[in-house]
Amino acid sequence: MSFFTVDGISLQFGGLKAVDSVSFSVEKGEIFTIIGPNGAGKTSIFNLISRLYDPTSGKLFFEGRDITEIPAHQIAKLGIARTFQNIELFENATMLANLLVGRHCHATTQLWQEILFLPSVRRAEKEHRRKVEEVIEFLDLQPYREKLIAGLPYGVRKVVEVARALCSEPKLILLDEPSSGLNVEETDDMSFWIRDIRTELGVTVLMVEHDMSLVNRVSDRVLALNYGKVLASGTPAEVQAHPDVIAAYLGT
Amino acid sequence: MRFVFKTDYNQDIKLLKHGGYWWSYGVLLAVMIAAPYLVGSYLQSQMVFVFIYAIVGVALIILTGFTGQASLGHAAFLAIGAYTAGFMQSKGIPFIVYFPAAAIITGAVGAMVGFPALRLSGIYLVIATIAFAFIVEEILARWESVTHGNEGMRVRTIDLLGQPIPRDGDAFYFLCLLVLVGSILLALNLLRSPTGRAFIAIRDSETAGKSMGIDLAGYKVKSFAISAALTGMAGVLFAHKMSFISPEMFTLLLSIEFIMVIIIGGAFGVHGAVLGAIFIVMVDPFLTALKDDVPVLGASLASSLGMSPEGAGKLRETMSSIGSAAGLKGAIYGLIIMMFILFEPYGLYGRWLKVKLFFQLFPLYKKATFKRQKTYVKSERNR
Amino acid sequence: MLDFIQQLVSGIALGCVYGLIALGFVLIYKATEVVNFAQGDLMMLGGFFVFTFIGLVGLDYWLGFLFAVCGMAVFGMATERILIRPILGYPQFSIVMATIGLGYFLRSVAGMIWGTDDLKIETPFSTGVLKLGDLVIAHDKLSVIVATVILCVVLYAFFNYTRLGTAMRATSENMLAAYYMGIPVKRVVSLIWAISAAVAATAGVLLAPITFIHSNVGLALGLKAFPAAVLGGFGSIPGALIGGLIIGVIETLAGFYLPQGWKDVAPYVVLLIVLLVRPHGLFGPSMRKKV
Repeated sequence: MSFFTVDGISLQFGGLKAVDSVSFSVEKGEIFTIIGPNGAGKTSIFNLISRLYDPTSGKLFFEGRDITEIPAHQIAKLGIARTFQNIELFENATMLANLLVGRHCHATTQLWQEILFLPSVRRAEKEHRRKVEEVIEFLDLQPYREKLIAGLPYGVRKVVEVARALCSEPKLILLDEPSSGLNVEETDDMSFWIRDIRTELGVTVLMVEHDMSLVNRVSDRVLALNYGKVLASGTPAEVQAHPDVIAAYLGT
Repeated sequence: MRFVFKTDYNQDIKLLKHGGYWWSYGVLLAVMIAAPYLVGSYLQSQMVFVFIYAIVGVALIILTGFTGQASLGHAAFLAIGAYTAGFMQSKGIPFIVYFPAAAIITGAVGAMVGFPALRLSGIYLVIATIAFAFIVEEILARWESVTHGNEGMRVRTIDLLGQPIPRDGDAFYFLCLLVLVGSILLALNLLRSPTGRAFIAIRDSETAGKSMGIDLAGYKVKSFAISAALTGMAGVLFAHKMSFISPEMFTLLLSIEFIMVIIIGGAFGVHGAVLGAIFIVMVDPFLTALKDDVPVLGASLASSLGMSPEGAGKLRETMSSIGSAAGLKGAIYGLIIMMFILFEPYGLYGRWLKVKLFFQLFPLYKKATFKRQKTYVKSERNR
Repeated sequence: MLDFIQQLVSGIALGCVYGLIALGFVLIYKATEVVNFAQGDLMMLGGFFVFTFIGLVGLDYWLGFLFAVCGMAVFGMATERILIRPILGYPQFSIVMATIGLGYFLRSVAGMIWGTDDLKIETPFSTGVLKLGDLVIAHDKLSVIVATVILCVVLYAFFNYTRLGTAMRATSENMLAAYYMGIPVKRVVSLIWAISAAVAATAGVLLAPITFIHSNVGLALGLKAFPAAVLGGFGSIPGALIGGLIIGVIETLAGFYLPQGWKDVAPYVVLLIVLLVRPHGLFGPSMRKKV
């Protein structure tokens, strides 16, 4: 069985089939990209994987385990973290606090211990803080530790979101349009980081992306979607040459 | 400007970030401890009310300021705490038992309120808490075997292990101070541990919180329960301070007063609870002063400025009639709320931070540093 | 049986009163997504206005009615200009608190100006009853029912079929986008406050013969009308009316059939149950945030 498998998953909103029996699997250590025109159902697939939506039919398997019925807040604990298309950070908290929330799925302390702030809590906090510092160093976020998210520029926030996802020490990271809204230099940085996430941290990457140059640079395999259905999958070159994909993008 | 050079992760966790705070909070605590021996009995009694209101303020800051769940039903939690104390005391249960028991019972009720709150947000949550408060008020009025209904019930002096703590005494003052300091520490400890961060995550983005592994249901219920339990403890103290409780003491207006505490003080930090409580409680003595002293003062000032004695007399009469007009307190409350929201949405604590920064940066302080950014309202209907 | 129908009818009349006030809540919410907690107090002020024009100045009922409604519309606009516009765009809870403050202020100022006694005015609807067989409906109640239905229909049409109504809905959905589309957002918001205050004044005038006017009447009725609006799903005009009817009927029937004390609590119990099942009220849309 593959590392992560989506098996014939569908999502229906009233009469609209946002995702229509999509199947694919991601191997460990891969960078797998989903492309497709607007409204193709890419983000819906992410929302299904992170269990924000319940699929109408189909199953999800992660490391051989059926995760279709697991509640959304336990997904992170299993090792799947995600970012959002329109940045969902905790605006009125410092960056450090945001990243520490990323550690939440590893929290072991009990409420009563926290109220008294027992030494065990202090130890756990220092450990979380150390892990967070590693991510800060990895993504060069040192200047922003104590800054409020609301005051950070868009490009930095985008990186902070990736950092927050990495803080949960995921095995699989879902990146929803990591380059949207970034300028050319920032996109370049992002492409390096995505490769580093895979090679240095050994995290499997599943992403949705529009910027084809970024897709070509980093992806091992690509899946093209349109109207919730799979059009093609394969290497970036194969998918881009596929007649259905060209038709979907050019509209002929 | 002071820069703290950090070399240890402990420094991020510490409550007092540098040595200067040890001094300032130490002095504050010393003054608080010395206060009963320095101020008169009236002021001491007002300070006890400040402490009680501040405990509720801390509770509300945990719920509203951290977790982002609005509540206009905290008077009901206060009532549950107060009545638990009154009832248990009348059954001969000692203070040392019924004080924590009141916190636990109120906390359990708070958790029960938290469950429907899981699905409600914004205005629907506000109305649900109002509805809850009304129902509690009505139960208190009808459940006569326990609460004595609308006649109200007497609450006797605290008996702490055979040692009476009269409600006007110094011991009662210290008891309230102790509970307040305890609840502030509780809030600060929460804030620097996973639970507090989960609360903040829920406030700012439920979706992201869920994806980062936060069990929304569990933490909302926890937040309600903690907030209610603290309010319940305040309720016990309130009952003993008043020495008489009846359902009409715990109305919506009291809930609004509690919300005012955090609006005026500033809901984003625990300091706000204390500052807001001082402000709200001191409105009463201020009004008394307005009634008695200001007209005399104004008249004498006017006559010294060359006003005729009749004119000054008339001025004094008008001023005292305004000062003693029925409902003046309401008008002043209303004005205070509106003024704070218009001019200082971060409350007194926000104002203090600004003043502090002004001196730290002097003479480089720019007015624009704290200029509020206007955001445009987007529908919150699809949250 | 006749008892039951009689109770039902007075429940409906009471419900229409709530519906009328709820309508004011819904209007402002629909256009600005602000909950105006001072709505009941605007109604109280409308009642005092009409008392001043008719009872003190001695104008004709209809002329006094007109003056009170216009006066309140101007008052609503002024409120918007002074209190709401500077904080437009800040978190909603701040604005809600500001309106709570406004309510406090209006109540005590009204108490200072008009005193704290109950006031009553004579209107053409004060006396007279409509008899349908054995059923008796007082004219004052009938006038409330009729006026509520008319106002609901007019406002519903206004929001759904006029340009201005559409602009108001657009403003509430996304203020910045509305600006960009050339909608004069400030004027729209100011207008909506005027309309809402006028509706509140109408409620106040119609209520004047039924309940006495005193400075706390707005708070008491507003606290019943508010659940009505929530029950209907805030933001739905027919919902406000139906919510009002439900609350009114439940309250009346509970007062008649259930032991004492249930009358005031029953509406809230029902409200909590409804909210548990449908978190956005009966007619509210249940959408969720997109990520």
